[in-house]
Amino acid sequence: MGLFSNHMRSIHVSHHKDTAGCESIVIPVPEKVYISMSQHIGRPCQPLVQKGDHVKVGQLIGDVDAPVSAPVHSSVSGEVVSIEESRSALGRTDTFVVIASDGSQEPWEGLKAPQCDTKDDFIRAVRDCGLVGLGGASFPTHVKFNPDNLDQCDTLIVNGAECEPFITSDHRNMLERTDDIISGIRLTMKYLGLTKCYVGIENNKPDAIAKMREALKDLPQAEVVELRSTYPQGAERVLIHETAGKTLKAGQLPASVGCILSNVTTIMALGEYFRTGMPLVKRTVTVAGGAVASPSNVIAPVGTKYYDLAEFCGGYRSDPKKIIAGGPMMGKAQNSDGGVLVKNTGAVLFFDERQAKLSEPTPCINCGRCYRGCPVGLMPKEFAKAFEAGDLERLRDLKIMECMSCGSCSYVCPAKKPLAFINTLSKDMVKEAGI
Amino acid sequence: MKTFKNGNLLVTSNPHITDSINTTKIMTLVIIALLPSLIASVYIFGFRALMLTLVCVVSAVFFEWAFEKILKKPSTAGDMSAVVTGMLIAMNVPVTLPYWQGVIGSFVAIVIVKQCFGGLGQNFANPAITARIVLFVSFATDMTTWADPNQGRIFSAADAVTSATPLGVFNESGAAEAESMFSLKQMFLGTIGGSMGEVCALALLIGGIFLIVMRVISIATPAAFLGTIAVISLIAGVNPLWQICAGGAMLGAFFMATDYATTPSTASGKIIFGIGCGLITMIIRLFGAYPEGVSFAILLMNILTPHIDRFCEKRLYGNPAKEAKKAAGQAAKKAAAEGGADK
Repeated sequence: MGLFSNHMRSIHVSHHKDTAGCESIVIPVPEKVYISMSQHIGRPCQPLVQKGDHVKVGQLIGDVDAPVSAPVHSSVSGEVVSIEESRSALGRTDTFVVIASDGSQEPWEGLKAPQCDTKDDFIRAVRDCGLVGLGGASFPTHVKFNPDNLDQCDTLIVNGAECEPFITSDHRNMLERTDDIISGIRLTMKYLGLTKCYVGIENNKPDAIAKMREALKDLPQAEVVELRSTYPQGAERVLIHETAGKTLKAGQLPASVGCILSNVTTIMALGEYFRTGMPLVKRTVTVAGGAVASPSNVIAPVGTKYYDLAEFCGGYRSDPKKIIAGGPMMGKAQNSDGGVLVKNTGAVLFFDERQAKLSEPTPCINCGRCYRGCPVGLMPKEFAKAFEAGDLERLRDLKIMECMSCGSCSYVCPAKKPLAFINTLSKDMVKEAGI
Repeated sequence: MKTFKNGNLLVTSNPHITDSINTTKIMTLVIIALLPSLIASVYIFGFRALMLTLVCVVSAVFFEWAFEKILKKPSTAGDMSAVVTGMLIAMNVPVTLPYWQGVIGSFVAIVIVKQCFGGLGQNFANPAITARIVLFVSFATDMTTWADPNQGRIFSAADAVTSATPLGVFNESGAAEAESMFSLKQMFLGTIGGSMGEVCALALLIGGIFLIVMRVISIATPAAFLGTIAVISLIAGVNPLWQICAGGAMLGAFFMATDYATTPSTASGKIIFGIGCGLITMIIRLFGAYPEGVSFAILLMNILTPHIDRFCEKRLYGNPAKEAKKAAGQAAKKAAAEGGADK
């Protein structure tokens, strides 16, 4: 927060939201889908099917008995051809269930819209749906919706900021799937006993703001908050401050200030599940970047390979030099286009040579832009100095663990220092040292 | 369809896009901001101002290049920072200064102050300010010989008719005489004796506002610096606007007290730095033997910068030292209470 402004610090990034006008298109079912058993934060699922089994859309194929976990469902109908270990988008080794599609997309006969009487029924239904934070965090939603102090929570904050450049999938969902979002909001507020709702949307999406305002007219407890179009408005801490006006202290969770947060697409998937009984098996994903011939928004089954997405979007215009799962600020660079879509992949970006080009770092000139750019108010330049000196205690005292890896410091650095990377490494070092 | 695997793709940490700003662009913006002052000095003093500036710039870039060449370090001569230093040295000296002394100034600034301390961003003192002070104590006569712009423009140093500077008169004869001898309008437009770049307050103001608008510098330092000068002037009963326009105050506030490497990075640190500069400047002007104190003020505050930055370190959600103290206090209290219970 600045001296003359009540906003949290944020930076101006170029938006590149060229696909905002592209209505989402359902892609043809891929021949094979590769469904990861670890699409959430927490213990990975165990496959519940075997090679040769026939599965249908929405059928449970993986689950695990752990408090922080979410089940996985089949996104196609067809035959399980193999269960294999492979690299995931995060670089870990994960188990994948490979299903050859029969093209019929027949829904599983066990699907039915859930009936809920109590909060516990609702939380169970949220888990059964396989819902995780679809904005990128992939934290199981049923855990997020059920904090220890739920009775002290009164506010639902729906994140429609979509502050990452390039991504427009949340934007399209707000325009195309407004009804499911509204019913998701109503359900969540009703069963969690929340009395207030803020929907935060950046003001570079006036059509989404208008549409959501119109749709929320007969829900007076809900309010659409127009956010500035600066990065990172969608970060938990920033969003809570900009909508509910509350500040999270170090180490605090949103529930400690009475707020429950959810991404707009997560809320939409919830609304859809309660309407149709179909769990989370597909998602809207923005396919963009200079290497793709016709960037667009597509609705693809979970487990679709990146190259299938690129092929649907007109194939490669030039060789991709960098592939990013997620947005360019926080997304993960991939080592091949054979990676697969998971629940939280909001975008797959295929950067061409020009976009992938990195600038050579030059000496730090102490300009302090990283200080002004950090939304949390940290001092990235000092992190870098302490990191180079290997001073873990200094890193801890500078509150390195508060860094959310938003990438703002690297973005604004005129010396092109990899500050965010240094922060990520520092956090791991401090965590490992246990100080 | 071709599948891309390892080797073809670049895998790096986030973020995957960066701002278009870089060091060279920032330095170029500073050079642009200095151009009004350069043009004003050529207009006021004559062609020699341009020649002296060129000598300082070329020698500064040469020393940067040569030093890094000799030490086999990667060259930063192309990043324009040496050009900025050279221009600032020229702005800080009288138009009649012998060219070779300008070269010595560049040597001091680039080799001794900047490169010997690790190069760009590592120096603790402002190179141009230090060069000014070194030249001032080494060549006291040449550095205090001021051409009178009202006697015509000069082409060579011999043409100059010397005059007193406003602050010289202020120091010798007091505020009343100085303020009547040099009107505020003269001070603002720069038709007075003084260093090449510091006389024309108007040109400096244009450059300073440009830097603030382009977000190269923060308004905090110049505002605190000039604000402090104004406040102390009011207290001392001298004209605050006259003091702000006099001497190197504007040049220092906009271009040298805002140098990234040698001034605090934190917002509150910048304000403390600016106040300190204003305070020392006015103490020297009002009570010191020297007529002007901006360069000493900035140099002294440069030395304090690491301490200011430490002091102003952002205490995000509470101060760790304070929290530890509080926790220790609570533990002690608890122990005392338990001890009491035992008895």
